[in-house]
Amino acid sequence: MLILAIDTSAVASAALVSDDVLEGVVASFSTEDTRSHAEVLAPGIDNMLAAAGVTGSGIDALVVGVGPGPFTGLRSGIATARTLSFVWGKPLHGLMSLDAVALEVAESTAAVPEFLVVTDARRKEVYWARYTLAEGQLPQLEDGPHVGFAADLPDLPAFGAGAGLYEDTLKAVPDFALEQPDALYLGQFALARLAAGNGLLDSTPLYLRESDAQVPGPRKRAL
Amino acid sequence: MNRTQPLVLGIESSCDETGVGLVRGTTLLTNTVSSSMDEHVRFGGVIPEIASRAHLDAFVPTLEQALSQAGVTLDDVDAIAVTSGPGLAGALMVGVCAAKALAVATGKPLYAINHLVAHVGVGLLDGKDGNAPELPGNLGALLVSGGHTEILKINSITDDVVLLGSTIDDAAGEAYDKVARILGLGYPGGPAIDKMARTGNPKAIRFPRGLSQPKYMGTAEEPGPHRYDWSFSGLKTAVARCVEQFEARGQEVPVADIAAAFQEAVVDVISSKAVLACREQGIKDVLLGGGVAANSRLRELTRQRCSSAGITLHVPPLDLCTDNGAMVAALGAQLVMAGIEPSGISFAPDSSLPVTSVSLPA
Ligand SMILES: [Zn+2]
Repeated sequence: MLILAIDTSAVASAALVSDDVLEGVVASFSTEDTRSHAEVLAPGIDNMLAAAGVTGSGIDALVVGVGPGPFTGLRSGIATARTLSFVWGKPLHGLMSLDAVALEVAESTAAVPEFLVVTDARRKEVYWARYTLAEGQLPQLEDGPHVGFAADLPDLPAFGAGAGLYEDTLKAVPDFALEQPDALYLGQFALARLAAGNGLLDSTPLYLRESDAQVPGPRKRAL
Repeated sequence: MNRTQPLVLGIESSCDETGVGLVRGTTLLTNTVSSSMDEHVRFGGVIPEIASRAHLDAFVPTLEQALSQAGVTLDDVDAIAVTSGPGLAGALMVGVCAAKALAVATGKPLYAINHLVAHVGVGLLDGKDGNAPELPGNLGALLVSGGHTEILKINSITDDVVLLGSTIDDAAGEAYDKVARILGLGYPGGPAIDKMARTGNPKAIRFPRGLSQPKYMGTAEEPGPHRYDWSFSGLKTAVARCVEQFEARGQEVPVADIAAAFQEAVVDVISSKAVLACREQGIKDVLLGGGVAANSRLRELTRQRCSSAGITLHVPPLDLCTDNGAMVAALGAQLVMAGIEPSGISFAPDSSLPVTSVSLPA
């Protein structure tokens, strides 16, 4: 099974992952920039497909990170994934973007039985979720995702760029202090979940915040 | 690529309308629009984040509907065109990402085009007689909507467009929305004020015409800094003050008279400056575009003043005046037929794209 995974919840990234090849990764790319998704994502995917010699007909399914993440960037990936899925006629699944970092933690030597994944939500807040990890299992989402202040998070080891940003407040794990959700791990997580017979989400974005729009009150009369 | 009768798919998402249109050469095949206007009503104006969220969910269904209405498949399409600016940044981003994905998935060339020039592009679609209108030389375009108020000179629709004047603050449609809120007439303000104004006396109150003083206007030989520009924020403030004065005196607010006087101030200054610009720039034909083209008084007064000045006013069908994908496809088809090269897939949307950029170079 060949999956095209896309995530733009923080940086822009995409990957081709397969359960047929060693390590599962056919090709991948990611940017470091968190603000130019609309420019770089389509050329990145186009080049990656060409380099791997893969066309739409060779892809079995698409997976997209549905956030949480800054809205405009997040939508870039979902709009791209939904359109590719429509044109190619291939199924599209969603995965919570923080799962990507959770899987990376699980596969690392820094793995602990209970931890947080934290990314930057801007406006002095973070997106976060709490996971538990059992030997030989996929990370299990226990709580979240949420948006809030770093100071209000549970007192657990914290992984991800959001933890690095608030290392004075959180138990940030240094090796993961710059880590962002990456489509590569999202794709692998999706393959593992599908293999285990577990479902995935649809592609509805997890905004977690309202649009900020205020319904205007009645106009004050001049009396 | 078929450059004589190209089938072009146009995508529009610069404000609150998700539009997909299909045009073959100069023939309109379909114009499918999904609007999030209802979601903005309680806020009294377009909320960019709400519009962007709506674009994301509306795009694929709108695309699917447009293809089925036109009876074509993506394989038949020769090129894709998308609005890359000007407009709301987050809203533009959705259409641009979707268009790029469409280009990646189909391998079709993509044109990133200017929304304002696309409003002029609909004027080149076949008329009721089935023939494409001959594009007159010395063409002008007056664009009035909730997002823009501009007068353009079109030397060549594919590569030479000049901005003669524009609003320096609110768009005319925005002023209508704000005044409608002051008067308690609801959203969108344009139709509400237009309707209320019919029962009022436009001469009962005189509201200011922005940027019409000599220091802004100058003369034809020595133009002032805003000879062809508009400003509507002072007008909105004047309306608010007027309402407050009636209330402070304990008098009933003459809503219909205020609506009529406000509308008269808007259409007077728009039409007089537009006609002035046309006369001085040798423009003989002017095309009206944008949602406010639906305003009966604006059409009436502009037509009257144009004809006194020997200028012909062209008003496309109203569903093509508001933001839509067909106008994007229409301009895209002109670009293909003119041999202009596509933009590729690396461009960035630009919320303040100038009209001098009709399409983005690769
Ligand atoms: Zn427009």
